[in-house]
Amino acid sequence: MRHGKARFVTGFLAIPVILYLYYVIWPFAQAAGYSFTDWGGYSDRPPGFVGLGNYSRLVKDELFQTAFWHNVFFLITVPLLTIALALFFAFLLNVGGRGNRAGVQGVWGSGLYKVIFFFPQVLSLVVIAVMWQQIYRGDGQGLINNLLIKLGIVDPQNPVTFTADPQPFLGIPAVLWWLLLIAIWGGVGFYMVLFSAAMQSIPKDIFEAALLDGAGPIHTFFRVTLPLLRDTVSVAWVYLGFIALDMYALVYVMTPSQGGPNHTSEIFASVLNFTAFSKGEFGYACAMGVALAVFALLLAAVQLRITRRERIEF
Amino acid sequence: MSNSPDTPSDLSRRNVLRAAAAAGLMAVPAAGALAGCASSTPSSSTAGGAKGADNPFGVADSSTVNVVVFDGGLGTEYAEKDKGIFTTKHGKVTVNLGKTQKIKTEEQPKFSTTPSDLINNSGADAMSTDVLVNENAILDLTDLLDAPTWEGSGTVRDSLLPGTVNDGTYNGKFYTLKYAYTVWGMWYDAALFEQKGWQAPKTFDDFFALAPKIQAAGMAPFVVDNKHGYYPRWHILATIWKSAGKQAAIDIDNLKPNAWKADGVLAAVSAIEKIVKDKLILPGFFDHTQSQQAHLDHKAAFIQLGTWYKNEMAKTLPANFKLTLSDYWSVSSADKAPNDVFAGAGEDWVVPAKAPNAAGAKEFLRAMLSVEGAGQFASLTDSLSSRKGSGDKVSDETLASANTLMKNAPKDLISWRFPDYYADFDKESQNQSEELMAGRLTAQGFIDKMQAMADKIAADSSVKKQTRSS
Repeated sequence: MRHGKARFVTGFLAIPVILYLYYVIWPFAQAAGYSFTDWGGYSDRPPGFVGLGNYSRLVKDELFQTAFWHNVFFLITVPLLTIALALFFAFLLNVGGRGNRAGVQGVWGSGLYKVIFFFPQVLSLVVIAVMWQQIYRGDGQGLINNLLIKLGIVDPQNPVTFTADPQPFLGIPAVLWWLLLIAIWGGVGFYMVLFSAAMQSIPKDIFEAALLDGAGPIHTFFRVTLPLLRDTVSVAWVYLGFIALDMYALVYVMTPSQGGPNHTSEIFASVLNFTAFSKGEFGYACAMGVALAVFALLLAAVQLRITRRERIEF
Repeated sequence: MSNSPDTPSDLSRRNVLRAAAAAGLMAVPAAGALAGCASSTPSSSTAGGAKGADNPFGVADSSTVNVVVFDGGLGTEYAEKDKGIFTTKHGKVTVNLGKTQKIKTEEQPKFSTTPSDLINNSGADAMSTDVLVNENAILDLTDLLDAPTWEGSGTVRDSLLPGTVNDGTYNGKFYTLKYAYTVWGMWYDAALFEQKGWQAPKTFDDFFALAPKIQAAGMAPFVVDNKHGYYPRWHILATIWKSAGKQAAIDIDNLKPNAWKADGVLAAVSAIEKIVKDKLILPGFFDHTQSQQAHLDHKAAFIQLGTWYKNEMAKTLPANFKLTLSDYWSVSSADKAPNDVFAGAGEDWVVPAKAPNAAGAKEFLRAMLSVEGAGQFASLTDSLSSRKGSGDKVSDETLASANTLMKNAPKDLISWRFPDYYADFDKESQNQSEELMAGRLTAQGFIDKMQAMADKIAADSSVKKQTRSS
């Protein structure tokens, strides 16, 4: 019986696995191979083998390092802020309401809020970016500028330029903060729904017991809800990590000269794109891609390792 | 709970999510980048047909020509007309007309295997010509120049406007046919200027004298697209050419030491810096269409760009707006080339080296360069074609102002090559142009940064150098 099952499973899996190997893994392997060459990308001129030359160049490449630190900024801020906000919303929507005879419940109208918060998730990232271009528009016709100018907060002669503003705020170019805002806005809804689902799977009696013991909402959240959501948060963290490592669509659509002004919003993907397609250095760009993949894998491994703990069964 | 991975019960939601997350983390940001590098196997090319006076490249009957046209400011209707012209002589040849804005995204991956036969390499997602040339990825089109025109009188070479052959030539070979003839300059509303009694400036001094009057009328004198660095760069480079002259520009393109320090360069950039410093620019941050709309809305008196302006904004152009082109302003009486006009052939068309039907592609280009094709182009797009006389039958006032500018132009046209030669220099000059226009960089700072970049590229032995002599 056991033997027959294995054959059955293998039979079903063989074709997808072959397709996956050919269309996903094989290109990855090819890219890794090209990263050791000086292939230009537009011809089939036999590429010259340069060994680790591309990688040693990578270490010295100032632009790549700038991009690296910008990605690190997103890697820290995007998961942290998105998860914090999503948890806050999820908590309010599920257990944040006033405890009464009906037991633990969300705030009034939580069903509607859930739909509203989830809404950005149904839009593609490029649509979101185009929409935010209007919100961030750099003159009095922009949604935010218009409001701020009418309120007298912003000088009409000097409107906020948002993603075209390289001036540092807390040491980070303003353009990155404005991009961060969009990323969080776009991500929060999905994780709110994810955390809501996880919270609903926590038995109500645990919350009610806490309530009876006199725990306020803040205590309940930190002592009960958060520890029980540990696994879900950990998964969310990994997912948000790869969103932070990408960010390409936002940078591409929103920033001047795709990575500007003057390289202040360069990220891995924008440098890689410029290197491969504008400079025609595919070999070097492949090295960047491989470095990014290795970095991402290490990060995921470390992340999952750190958050691994004893599970609580319920 | 058991931690053994091979018990099926362990395939819980969390473990699956977790494994998927780890795989996803690796795959998503890297997948596109990595997969983009992969190659596949090439296919064979189409056999040729018999050559003749009416078929100089020997297009085979019943062959197929795949043409990709850029779906941008000029539209694609003109290419449909060209397809019609093509089929009058080659009724048995099938022409597939693809339309896209994503030239590089869609065409580059096919380049080393089975590319399209003819590509309109244009727009923000265009492929770098220097890369295509260096990689031998596109065909030398010299035989197109030496072929008879579609009408059969004279050669294609003699039927082109000045600059077309020169601008399409790299390392002595003619690689790109630049089909649209563009004239750049300062745009204004002649009706408004007439009504207010303003004269279109010829020099920066004229402009600075007129600016207070424009501001008094409640308009900004100037508006800039600062999202795309190449927009302000046209202005800066055209002004440098007028001020410092052709030889200085050639030296800059050839990466000569201290070329950016030549007489007249600083004066030119300083004149533009003064527009920024004196706050003569419409406040805010605009992309190209936003800045153009602001100009059409009379929020600003002048905007600088090329002759595709009218076509790009046709939908919102007010009926009483007399869109008129004037030359870039000269800097001072010391200018070396104050009358040179910034014009040239643009809208590249290239034939990939591995095009299965290269003969068909060249023949299609020959059809585009016919009197009828070029005339259709001019009337459909309100832009000149690089075929001589394309605008003769068009009675459009905007096109007429561009024609007038060209008629009074000296033989030399303003034309810069370094952004096409070196991708790094292209990027840096765009970035620093944006910085200059945003007031974050001085004229001197701009020149220093440009010189530093030129020196860096000149010293980098891994960069293939290109030079121009004229």
